[in-house]
This record gives sequence, C-alpha cells and structure tokens, in this order.
Amino acid sequence: MYNFDIAKPTTIADAVQALTADEAQPLSGGQTLIPTLKARLAMPSTLVSLHAIDEMKGVCMDDEGRLCIGGATTHATVMKEAEAHYPGLASLAARIGDPAVRNRGTIGGSIANNDPSACYPAGALGSGATICTNSREIAADDYFLGMFETALEEGEIVTEVKFPVPEKAHYEKFIQPASRFPLVAVFVAKFADGVRVAVTGASNNGVFRWTEAETALSSNFSADAVSNLKASADDMISDLHGSAEYRAHLIGVMTKRAVAAMS
Amino acid sequence: MTQVKMTVNGKTMSGDVEGRTLLAQFLRDDQGLTGTHIGCDTSQCGACVVHVNGEAVKSCTMFAIEADGAEVATIEGQANADGSLNVIQQAFQDHHGLQCGFCTPGMVMSAAALLKDNPKPTEAEVRHYLDGNICRCTGYHNIVKAIMAASGQDVSAIAAE
Repeated sequence: MYNFDIAKPTTIADAVQALTADEAQPLSGGQTLIPTLKARLAMPSTLVSLHAIDEMKGVCMDDEGRLCIGGATTHATVMKEAEAHYPGLASLAARIGDPAVRNRGTIGGSIANNDPSACYPAGALGSGATICTNSREIAADDYFLGMFETALEEGEIVTEVKFPVPEKAHYEKFIQPASRFPLVAVFVAKFADGVRVAVTGASNNGVFRWTEAETALSSNFSADAVSNLKASADDMISDLHGSAEYRAHLIGVMTKRAVAAMS
Repeated sequence: MTQVKMTVNGKTMSGDVEGRTLLAQFLRDDQGLTGTHIGCDTSQCGACVVHVNGEAVKSCTMFAIEADGAEVATIEGQANADGSLNVIQQAFQDHHGLQCGFCTPGMVMSAAALLKDNPKPTEAEVRHYLDGNICRCTGYHNIVKAIMAASGQDVSAIAAE
C-alpha cells in the first residue's frame, strides 16, 4: 500500500470539509477499499474515515413509513435492526460476505462503490430507494449509472438510504463459490402499485431493472408469470465463471425462485 | 506517524503507526502479539480475526488508527486466568479441531463471537458462521464438532469422516 493520512471527523460537515483536500477519498467500512489499496489500485493522500460519524449510523422509520438507514451503518446492524420493519432487506444484509465482513462493511460504502456484483445496489434499486447525500436526495433509478459508476460527485457522501417498504420482498442470490459475491442475484419487491425487479451480478452496466418481468409480475404475481420470459444476453458479463447466456438464464431462474419464495 | 492507544486483552497498548498500518500489523509487529495470523491478506481466510469492541473483524482489513481507543481481544487473551485453555480452546484440543494450526486463532475467535450471540448453535449455523474462515488442511468437520462441543452439546452424531 502507498501511504496516506487518515482523518477521523465526527460530523458530516467536517467530513465534507476534509474531502476537499487534494486526492482525499472517503473510507467507510473498508472491506472493498482496503484490498483495493493493497493492490495499489488507488493512491489517495488522505482517507476520510466515516466510521466515527454517529449521525450517519442507525436504522429507523420515518413519518412516511420508509426505512431509513444511515450511510455508515454496518450490514450486521441492518441484519438485526431492519428485520422487524423490512425482513426482505434484512435478509439481503445478512447474506453479504461473512460475519466479520458484515461487522465492518457499510451500506453507504456498498452503494457508493456500486460494484456490478454487490448486493445492496439490487436492494436499493429493487425497492425504489432514495439515496441521500450531504447535498441532495437522488432516486435510485437516477443514481446507479453503470459499473462502479454512480451519480455521486467528487467529495459527495452517501449519508442515508431511505427504503419504501414493500408488501413483500425477496432476494435470491446464486453465489460465485470462490468470491461468494452474486454470480447473479435478483431482488423482487411487491408494492401495492406494482412490482420491481432488480438484477445484480449480470450486466456490464451494473445493477438494472428487468422491466419485462416487472410488467408480467405486476399483472400476475406468480412464478408462472415469468416462466416463459427470457432476459436478453446482450451486455451481460461473460467471464470464466459464466457466459453471458448462462447469466441471462440465471436471471430468469433467480426471479422465479424469488417469487416462489414469497408465494 | 500517529499515536494510537487501545486496550488489548485488558492491557493498554500504544504505539506510533502510519495511516496504512493494519490492525493486524500493529498487533503482530508493534506489540509482538503474533497469535493473530495473516493468511491471505485479502480478507477472505479469517486467520486474522480479532474482536474490536466485542465484534469479530478481520484485522488485516482494518487500519490500526480505526481501532484507536477500542477494546481489542486477540487469541492471546482467550485462555483462563490460570493459564489453562478456555472451553473453546479445550474443545479444539479434545476434538482434534486443528491440524497445522494456522487458521486456529481465527477459528477460535470466530467461534467465540458466534457463541456469544448464539450459545447453542445448530451444526448448520456453525458451518454457515464459519463462511469467512478457511482451513487449508480442510479440517472443517472437527472444527465444527469442537465448536458444538464447546457450546455444551452432544457431538457424537456429527459426521467426522
């Protein structure tokens, strides 16, 4: 690792200020960033740790019935504290990485990194969540722009994610056995006014909504409704773990399983 | 360099570290606590698991500065006050839960974290919890058996092939 300084602000305002330094970068749980630094794929001058910012931690419900999760909240905390409010999302958090990783990794870090195989982007897009930063609120539909690309500006911090709570939701993940990241995973959320289906791990453009399945499931919420649908293999990731066609096939299988699990 | 101070196994320890100094390096190189092992150095193998403020973390994937002021527990602090093995360590010995021993510190620390939250885990829960601890001797059956035994459960029916 190249060397750097670590700043430990205790408020969002101080963190934003610290991030104005040349080559400064936020550090949340570090479960992706630290391995990246070890591989010398990044060379920040200062890492601004978000870990000591209490106003960015915790899980609560707001007046509109949305589940609000602070950006620096760990997966382990979401797993425990979201269970009573939004079990489908708590279950997603409970299956990220392993117990020690879940004790450090945060929702804000995952959403800001937007790894094409990460779990939280599927939960956020599938729920139609709102991504709150230190300066604005962004709808999930406008936030995830591509592989490792988001609408975040330089120095902008994900402070909170607000999730509308669906009637039911399920996250079905087919893990890549070595990395335990999703090879393909699908988050299906059934709201009173329709169904959202978000897919991670599959596309070269990162997380996306499978609109054909959403239309079919919104009129008939059953596994049969999607049994004849085929996701397009265009733009799917193709690597030694699975071809584009295989991933496209898995999208259908994971969607069916997710719906079946809720029926 | 930045000075950090933390409580490790009940003792206050301090030292000067760089921003990039990992908690595992601070424990091993600065404090001489070499029981915490670095296996993969990529947060996959779990040989470096320690507890920070009561939670299991991979000390190769956390900076020492982030643990400033924290309560840290490592394998060196696990034995009983009289020096005898604690119940988990003893169960690892009794059930042959280690072969080369390299993963053992992480396995014991993960097991301690599991049993704190879930004192009577099922076999499936133990196996699932050890997702992030890799044994290169592939001695998982006896590790699972040892953890089940440490929780006071009968392990005679658990496969050990």
